[in-house]
Amino acid sequence: MDIVETNELTKIYNKSVKAVDHVNFSVKEGEIFGFLGPNGAGKTTTIKMLVTLLKPTEGTAKIAGHDIKKYPDKIRNSIGIVFQEPALDDQLTGRENLDFHARMYGMKKEKREKRIKEVLKLVNLEEKANTLVKNYSGGMKRRLEIARGLMHFPKILFLDEPTLGLDPQTRRLIWDYIKVLNEKENITIFLTTHYMEEADYLCDRVAIIDYGKILVIEKPSKLKNQIGKDVITIGCSNSEICADILKREKWVESFKTHDSNVTFGTKEIEKKLPLILRIAERNNIEIKTIDIRKPTLEDVFLYYTGRKIREQETNISEQFKRRFMNR
Amino acid sequence: MSILNYQAIYVMWLRQMKRFVRAKSRIISNFVQPFFFLAILGLGLGAARFPGVPSGINYIDILTPGIIAMSILFPSVFVGLSVLWDKQFGFLQEVLVAPVSRLSIVIGRTLGGATNALIQGLIVLFIAIILGVSFQLSLNLILAFVFMILISFVAIGIGLIIASRMENIEGFQFIVSLFVFPLLFLSSAFSPLESLPSWLRTIAFIDPITYGVDGLRASLIGYSYFPIYINLSVLIILSIVMMGLGSYFFSKSEA
Repeated sequence: MDIVETNELTKIYNKSVKAVDHVNFSVKEGEIFGFLGPNGAGKTTTIKMLVTLLKPTEGTAKIAGHDIKKYPDKIRNSIGIVFQEPALDDQLTGRENLDFHARMYGMKKEKREKRIKEVLKLVNLEEKANTLVKNYSGGMKRRLEIARGLMHFPKILFLDEPTLGLDPQTRRLIWDYIKVLNEKENITIFLTTHYMEEADYLCDRVAIIDYGKILVIEKPSKLKNQIGKDVITIGCSNSEICADILKREKWVESFKTHDSNVTFGTKEIEKKLPLILRIAERNNIEIKTIDIRKPTLEDVFLYYTGRKIREQETNISEQFKRRFMNR
Repeated sequence: MSILNYQAIYVMWLRQMKRFVRAKSRIISNFVQPFFFLAILGLGLGAARFPGVPSGINYIDILTPGIIAMSILFPSVFVGLSVLWDKQFGFLQEVLVAPVSRLSIVIGRTLGGATNALIQGLIVLFIAIILGVSFQLSLNLILAFVFMILISFVAIGIGLIIASRMENIEGFQFIVSLFVFPLLFLSSAFSPLESLPSWLRTIAFIDPITYGVDGLRASLIGYSYFPIYINLSVLIILSIVMMGLGSYFFSKSEA
């Protein structure tokens, strides 16, 4: 069954900026579904519309059978959400933040206390439950927010950039929690990310989104396979000529030029490599660098958008922004 | 969804109280600031006499209701403005996405703010008693509490309205000096209405806090410019209007 179903969902800011542009997709019950795209692609706007914090300009969506425009309250009860920016009261303890949430969702005392224990255990925060949140690390805050999102037994959990600004070790830890709760709590997860590995590692299906439009929705493994068995990136003296010649070869798949490199997929790279070298020599092209690898989602993204996601740069500026905002 | 969610109102109130108790520096300043005003200004100008004010009433008696109003006005406006802090720190999203009515959120926040205000008012009252201000406590203490709460409602409403017009907390200092200080200084908090020049008095009449200060004077020291029922009815109407507008604007806000 589809737990999320959108129909031409659109958000236009200031009458001209199409943040989300007639988007159609569905999320199946029990899966981990990911939105992969660079910053400003429309990921957060989509989530905010789905969780009823923003009104769509056009189109609509259904969550657990309820229309987001008509029944925002029914939807609010059946979803959990972890926002991109931390949304905790840091003057309260972890337990108090959970208690606040539970009461806002009208949970009775017994149920509330039992559930707080359960979710704290799930994210391993039992020992820090009575510490003020302002003394938590970034990873602990994230875990607490995930726990909070689960408090009221939602059918689906929305995670907006769940590991943004976290160090690699903590990121790994959060991934494991997400997998565990998907399996153990049997909860559907909708996440957005601009980290390729995150989408690859976690998601059953990935939607690649850029400039408010979905370019493709598919399993990560299929997306990678469709690029070719192996991916090769060649940096050469004259990339235009290089591209012209190689593009014509039958065994070249998913061909793209970017910067001064050419990237394409192929099968049996070990047999094709000598061929490539011979072609280059015959055409007086000097090959400067060759990079051969198994295809990643980065290659898929490059293939669909013609550019790289530049994750490192956004990561650093993003972290800086967050730190600045949190002061 | 029901219009009022009592558990949500309660937990919004509870959060406000917890934050109030935990801000240690604020608790200290809650004692120190009114103490300085009353001790230095009140006792220092003790010799001052105002035409039209009965001779048995000292300046510190006149000042105390004003300082009570001051120590309610500021934190209450901030309670309204604290929506902006919650916005800045993302917590507002957590509140807005919950399945409760916006009205419940405003009511919870306001009750929390009003409770704080009452505590602040009592602190000033306590300091004033230590400094030797003679109240007719037996008479109208309950009425004084009512005035404190009403001042708080008006101020929270003002805070909510300002918050809805602001994107972030950067203009905060500006707002305080442009709105909150004039509200205080024009309210006759520091001198009786009688002694003001007539143009200033006219301005004071459009300041909602004036009726709070005057009402507090009536109920605490038995002297006031307006009869107490006028103060009470004006303030009740104003608090309904301000809270109504504040809640309306808040209900329109997006995280």
